[in-house]
Amino acid sequence: MKEAREKSIDQASQEMLVVAARAGLETAWDRLEKQKPQCGFGEAGLCCRNCNMGPCRIDPFGEGPSKGVCGATADIMVARNLLRSIAAGAAAHSDHGRDAAKTFLLLSQGKAPSYQVRDSAKMQRLMDEYGVQSQIALAEAVMAEFGKQDGPIQFTRRAPKKRQELWQKLGIDPRGIDREIVEIMHRTHIGVDNDYVHLILQGLRASIADGWGGSMIATEIQDVMFGTPKPVRSQVNLGVLDEDKVNVIIHGHEPILSEMIVAAASDPELLRLAEAQGAAGINVAGMCCTGNELLMRHGVPTAGNFLQQELAVATGAVEAIVVDVQCIMPALGALAGCYHTKFISTSPKAKFPGAIHMEFHEESAYETAKDIVKAAVLNYANRNPAKVRIPDVKSDAMVGFSVEAIVEALGGTLDPLLEAIKSGAVRGIGAVVGCNNPKIKHDYGHVNLVKELIKNNVLVVTTGCNAIACAKEGLLLPEAADLAGEGLKGVCKALGVPPVLHMGSCVDISRILVAAAAIANALGVDISDLPAAGAAPEWMSEKAVSIGAYVVSSGVYTVLGTVPPVLGSPEVAGLLTEGAASVVGASFAVEPEPIQAARLMIDHIDSQRKKLGL
Amino acid sequence: MKEIFVRLDRCMGCKSCEIACAVEHSKSHNLFGAMAETPRPRKRLYVENPEGVKMPMVCRHCEDAPCVEVCRVGATVKDAITGIVTKDESMCIGCWMCAMVCPYGMVGRQKEVKIAVKCDLCPSLMVPACVSACPTGTLVFAEQEEFAEIMRRDAAAQIARGHKIKASI
Repeated sequence: MKEAREKSIDQASQEMLVVAARAGLETAWDRLEKQKPQCGFGEAGLCCRNCNMGPCRIDPFGEGPSKGVCGATADIMVARNLLRSIAAGAAAHSDHGRDAAKTFLLLSQGKAPSYQVRDSAKMQRLMDEYGVQSQIALAEAVMAEFGKQDGPIQFTRRAPKKRQELWQKLGIDPRGIDREIVEIMHRTHIGVDNDYVHLILQGLRASIADGWGGSMIATEIQDVMFGTPKPVRSQVNLGVLDEDKVNVIIHGHEPILSEMIVAAASDPELLRLAEAQGAAGINVAGMCCTGNELLMRHGVPTAGNFLQQELAVATGAVEAIVVDVQCIMPALGALAGCYHTKFISTSPKAKFPGAIHMEFHEESAYETAKDIVKAAVLNYANRNPAKVRIPDVKSDAMVGFSVEAIVEALGGTLDPLLEAIKSGAVRGIGAVVGCNNPKIKHDYGHVNLVKELIKNNVLVVTTGCNAIACAKEGLLLPEAADLAGEGLKGVCKALGVPPVLHMGSCVDISRILVAAAAIANALGVDISDLPAAGAAPEWMSEKAVSIGAYVVSSGVYTVLGTVPPVLGSPEVAGLLTEGAASVVGASFAVEPEPIQAARLMIDHIDSQRKKLGL
Repeated sequence: MKEIFVRLDRCMGCKSCEIACAVEHSKSHNLFGAMAETPRPRKRLYVENPEGVKMPMVCRHCEDAPCVEVCRVGATVKDAITGIVTKDESMCIGCWMCAMVCPYGMVGRQKEVKIAVKCDLCPSLMVPACVSACPTGTLVFAEQEEFAEIMRRDAAAQIARGHKIKASI
C-alpha cells in the first residue's frame, strides 16, 4: 500500500489519510488501487457501447478487430467517445447555468422571496448587453439562450471579432446551448456522423456553448444575485473545521443552495439552538466549487478540494455534509455511516445511497436551508469526541478576483497590466484550473506547476480545485510575490495583489475567457495571439473535457496533466495536439510532470511574445 | 511450479490479459509506447469464444511438451527446474512445427519477423502480466494444489449454501 506522503503533498490530507487507514476506512486512493490495472481499451478510447451490436473493441496491436460491428474505425470510436464526454461536461455546466437563470427568473417574477438582486449595476450592464429594458426581460432573454435554435448566444459576442469570424467560418458558432449538446448525442448514435474531423468540430461547437454560454450565464447571473466577488481574505484547509462548533460542510457546485445555508447559519434562532446543544456556534465551511463560490463572495472558509471530501468526514467533527450536484463521491454515504455525520442531498437531480434527502426548491429556499442547518445542529450531541481529529493545518488566502475586481485593482483600466506585459515584467498569463485525480499525487501537479510559472514571471489566474490547492500552499497571498520572478514580484507588490489570482469556481473559467477577450481587444489581436497558456494538471471530470475544448477553441494552448482517452486513434490525437493549431490557433499537449508542463507553457508564451514583437 | 490456471466461469471477455501480455512483451513496457513499436508486440494468450463462452486460453507448459519434442534447432526447451517451456527467439527458424503439434494452439507468430512466439510466464515479473491484469480473478497463478484448494472451497461453499436452504425448508 502507498504511504500517505506518496498520495498527497498536503499536510492536512496526509494526516487524515493515516487516520483513515488506521481506522480501516477506504478512500478514493484505495479504490484506485483496487481498479488497477485499468482497462487498456478504455484508456485508449477504443471501446464503444453506443449500440447493442457491441460492445465493440478495437485491438490497438492490429492483430484483432480493426473495426466495430458497424464498421467504425478507431478514429470514429475515439472521436465519438470524446464528443460524448464533451456533451456531458457541457450539460453539467449548462444545467448549473440553467438553475441560476431559473432562480433569477423566479426572483424577477416575485416567486423566490429568499433571493434578491445584490449587484444591480452588473444587472444593468447585462440589460444593456441584451438590449432589454427590464429585469424580467433580461431573465427571459437569458433563459431563452438554452432553447435557442439558430443562435447567436449573446455572450459569444464578447469574444474578439476575429475569433467570432473564425467560429463562423468553421461552422462552430453555437446555435443554442441545449441544441449543441443534443446534436452530439444524435451524431454519435449508431450510423450518423462518422467523419472524425466533422465530429470533433461539433464537439468544439458544443464546448463553446458551454464556456461562452452555460458557464458564463452561471457566473454572470450568480454575480447579479449574490454579488460580484471583490478581494477578501479567508482561510483554507481542513483546519478551518472548529472543534467547539457545529460544523456544516457544503459540497458540490451551485451557490443557489449554499448561499441560503450560509444565511441560515447566522439565524438567531438556530444560533440559540446550537448554544443549547453545548456548541459555541455554527461553522459553515465549503468544499470543491460550491466552496469556491462562497469563498469568493463572502470569504466563507473552505475545507478542501475534491480529494479531501472523504478526509473531511473522517475528522469526525462534521455534523452535516450538505451536497447539491457534481463531483460528490457516492462513497460519502458509507463513510458518513461510520460517524455521526449526516450526509444530506438537496438537489432534485441527485440522490445518493446512505444520504438523507432534503429537497431544495427556489420558492422555499430559506426555510429548507433552516431545516438542514437545524438537523446539523441537533446532530452535534451525537458527536463522539473520541473520534474527533481535526488537523491543525490551514492557510490564509486573498481571494475574490472577478474581472471587475482585477480591473479595479489595476486602477480602473487594463492598461497597467498591458504595459507590464509589453515591458516583459509580466511574461504572460497562465490559466491553471481543474480537478484532483488520485492518479496524480494530490495537489503535486497543481502547486508545482503554478510555482514554476510565477517563478518565471507568468501571472497565474486560477479556478476550481487548483485554486484551493494554491490557497493551501499560501500562493494566494500578496506575500507569495516573494516566490515570483523579479518582474512579476514588482507588479504584485505595487498593486498589493497575489501572483496567483483566484477567479472562482469551475464555471468561472468564463471569467478567464472574458478577461482574455478584453486583453485581446485592448491589444487589437485575437485571443490566440496572446502570450497566454492554460493547464489542467490533475483533471478527471467530463466537465474538464468540455473546458479543455472551449479553451482551445477560444485560442488558448492547453497542457493536460493526465492522458485523455484518445491515443487509440493517432489521427484524432494528432488533430488535437497539432492539427488544431492551424484551425483554431491553439492545441493541446499532454505532460504529467508539472515542471515540464510549465516549461511547455513558458515556451509557448515566449513564442507568442516573439510573434507580437514583444 | 506455479502455473496459470483459469476459473472458467469468471471471464468477462475484456481481453485486458491480452493487452497486458503484449505490453509486457514490448520494449517500452507501457501501453501507449507499445502501441507505437515496430515490430508490434504480440500477445501470447488468447480469449476465445466457443459456444458463446468466454474462454481464456493459456500455454499449459506441458510436462511432456510436444513443441519441445519437435523443435529441430533447440530453440524451444523445457527448464528442468522451473518446468517453464521457453523459446529462444534468436534461434527460431520459423518452421512452425511447434505450431502444428501444440494441442492448444498456443504458438503465435511475430508477424514482421518469421519467428514463433509463446508464453514465457513473464520471467522478470513475480506474477505474469496477464494474471495481474485480470479484473475478475479468472486467471490464477498458483501451484496445482493451491488451485485445487480454491476450486474445492468454492464448490464446498456452494454445496453448503444449498444444504442450508434445504435444511431451512
